[in-house]
Amino acid sequence: MPLLDVRDLTVEFPTRRGTLRALDRVSFSIESGEILGVVGESGAGKSLTGAAIVGLLERPGRIASGEIRLDGQRIDNLAPEPLRRIRGRRIGTIFQDPLTTLNPLYTIGRQLTETMQTHMRLTDAEARRKAIGWLDRVGIPAAAQRIDAYPHEFSGGQRQRVVIALALCAEPALVIADEPTTALDVSIQAQIITLLKNLTRDHGTAVMLVTHDMGVIAETADRVAVMYAGRIVEIGPVAAVIRQPAHPYTDGLMASIPSLEHRVDRLRQIDGAMPRLDAIPAGCRFHPRCPRVFARCHKEQPELLPAGATNAACWLHANG
Amino acid sequence: MFGFIGSRLLQAVPVLLVVGFIAFALFDYVGDPVSILLGQDHTEAQRVALVQQLGLDQPFFVQYARFLWTALHGNFGISYRLAQPVSSLIAERLPATLELAITASVLAFAIGVPMGVYTGIHRNTLLSRLFMIVSLVGVSLPTFLLGILLILLFAVWLGWLPSFGRGPVVHLGGWWTTGFTSWAGIRSLILPAITLGMFQMTLIMRLVRAEMLEVLRTDYIKFARARGLTNRAINFGHALKNTLVPVITIMGLQFGGIVAFSLVTETVFQWPGMGLLLVQSVAVADIPVMSAYLLLIALVFVLINLVVDLLYYAVDPRLRVRR
Ligand SMILES: Nc1ncnc2c1ncn2[C@@H]1O[C@H](COP(=O)(O)OP(=O)(O)O)[C@@H](O)[C@H]1O
Ligand SMILES: [Mg+2]
Repeated sequence: MPLLDVRDLTVEFPTRRGTLRALDRVSFSIESGEILGVVGESGAGKSLTGAAIVGLLERPGRIASGEIRLDGQRIDNLAPEPLRRIRGRRIGTIFQDPLTTLNPLYTIGRQLTETMQTHMRLTDAEARRKAIGWLDRVGIPAAAQRIDAYPHEFSGGQRQRVVIALALCAEPALVIADEPTTALDVSIQAQIITLLKNLTRDHGTAVMLVTHDMGVIAETADRVAVMYAGRIVEIGPVAAVIRQPAHPYTDGLMASIPSLEHRVDRLRQIDGAMPRLDAIPAGCRFHPRCPRVFARCHKEQPELLPAGATNAACWLHANG
Repeated sequence: MFGFIGSRLLQAVPVLLVVGFIAFALFDYVGDPVSILLGQDHTEAQRVALVQQLGLDQPFFVQYARFLWTALHGNFGISYRLAQPVSSLIAERLPATLELAITASVLAFAIGVPMGVYTGIHRNTLLSRLFMIVSLVGVSLPTFLLGILLILLFAVWLGWLPSFGRGPVVHLGGWWTTGFTSWAGIRSLILPAITLGMFQMTLIMRLVRAEMLEVLRTDYIKFARARGLTNRAINFGHALKNTLVPVITIMGLQFGGIVAFSLVTETVFQWPGMGLLLVQSVAVADIPVMSAYLLLIALVFVLINLVVDLLYYAVDPRLRVRR
């Protein structure tokens, strides 16, 4: 049984001009201890997927259909209170911008102990000791002194380390990391990813790692899901997706991985832009931009099907 | 810390000097104290003697310096109207005004903040809408009208509460008087405090609501939710604390305003405070009282500003300069 199992997750935003379907039957699973990379252009639905899993969709967004299971237990239809107890405790979250994710008016120590004491029975002294331990583990020097410092007294990279400590301190089985390095200086991005990778490996924590950076995916993830316009268009083991992508969109993405010799602009290879939610084309959502488009792509929407070592939603791989 | 307080007080000195100058200039430009003091019938000799006695024959800046010097010692001269030292008149009235102003502010804060938090969190409930309507009334209803309506309802029709005066007061340690020691005193305070605090309360409520709406959208609140903190901890801890800086600012400004401009409420309720004293003094151009009042209000504002700065310092660690 997978740790997280998402089946046909559909998220909608009712608006005055009709209902926008931001996620359309998204299905994937994550095993314990596994790192699933999630890539795709901005607006593809990566963050929404994470928000739906932890029950933090912003109104009026709602899960219209589908199921989300954690350890076999449905969590998409839980009442607010049991859902709250899952957040932080069983599913941790790491946000993008460490400069804005920490409360400026509380010491980092207080934010850590508060999180742990919300979910676990700990005396103040135990919580403080554990908090220092976590700060130490995420690489904050002189943790015992720095615990009483406020967020503004740390650099951006250090703050993201604190955020990682906050996401992991109640020992969740899964962490959703939504572009954890995008807001950081390029020089420290690799350190943060390495830290995240090592810590989650040590604790056996599974990770859903959302990122723009195919290089990070290649080095970190076990499997990767590619999202496009609210759907998963390809999912499979990272090596297969990178070396033999089955979907033309993934193909374009992979060509954009920067290598040492030549840095290529992200998505330069694919002309056009992802459609807006109120202008999703009929048939395959990618067909207006697809270099290998043919008649069927205009009419019918493909589902994920086995395609070599991965699964891809593309009519090129339909045998019939 | 003490350096901080000291520097803030030092910055207040020019302000007080300017206000002191205006307070002093009042004597020259609003009426002639000599003819007021002497009345219609007097000889020229009497007049010269009084001018000398008051030091009015001295150069302007000498007079100004003397005025400041005596004011610094709590001596503001003699009231034209009541022929009593202004300082003792004020000492008599100040406790009444402060007690009313503080009660009104505490009431406004204690009710306005929870209402603001509630309407910020539950935007569309019936109760929220009711609060918003009440606040609209509170903001738009003129103070005197509110006071009169309250008197009409609770004093005249229902007969529950007294309509004027401070009720019995008790002397505490020298000059301070309080109405809090008796039930009758507290009852007398209720209507004026509501009248005076209503505007402040609705202002605080609307401010807290607006700030809550803002803060609840921030990343650190989303992150607090993602960590599974309880709603209580998020709304009343993380969110409310972040709304406090602007609330403190407004509270400070408003408290100064309340002390300075409690004229209307004190007049409506015949509350024996400084506002009433000022109204009565202005009517007969009782310059010493008016000038002392001006100085005192300036001092109140300076002190409030200092308290506000100290509260900022306590609430927001980013404002604490580390050395
Ligand atoms: N509150 C909202 N109302 C309407 N549409 C929204 C809302 N939030 C997100 N969306 C839409 O959902 C889509 C997916 O957004 P998101 O998951 O944030 O993308 P990303 O893959 O960049 O994380 C976007 O097209 C966005 O416009
Ligand atoms: Mg996103």
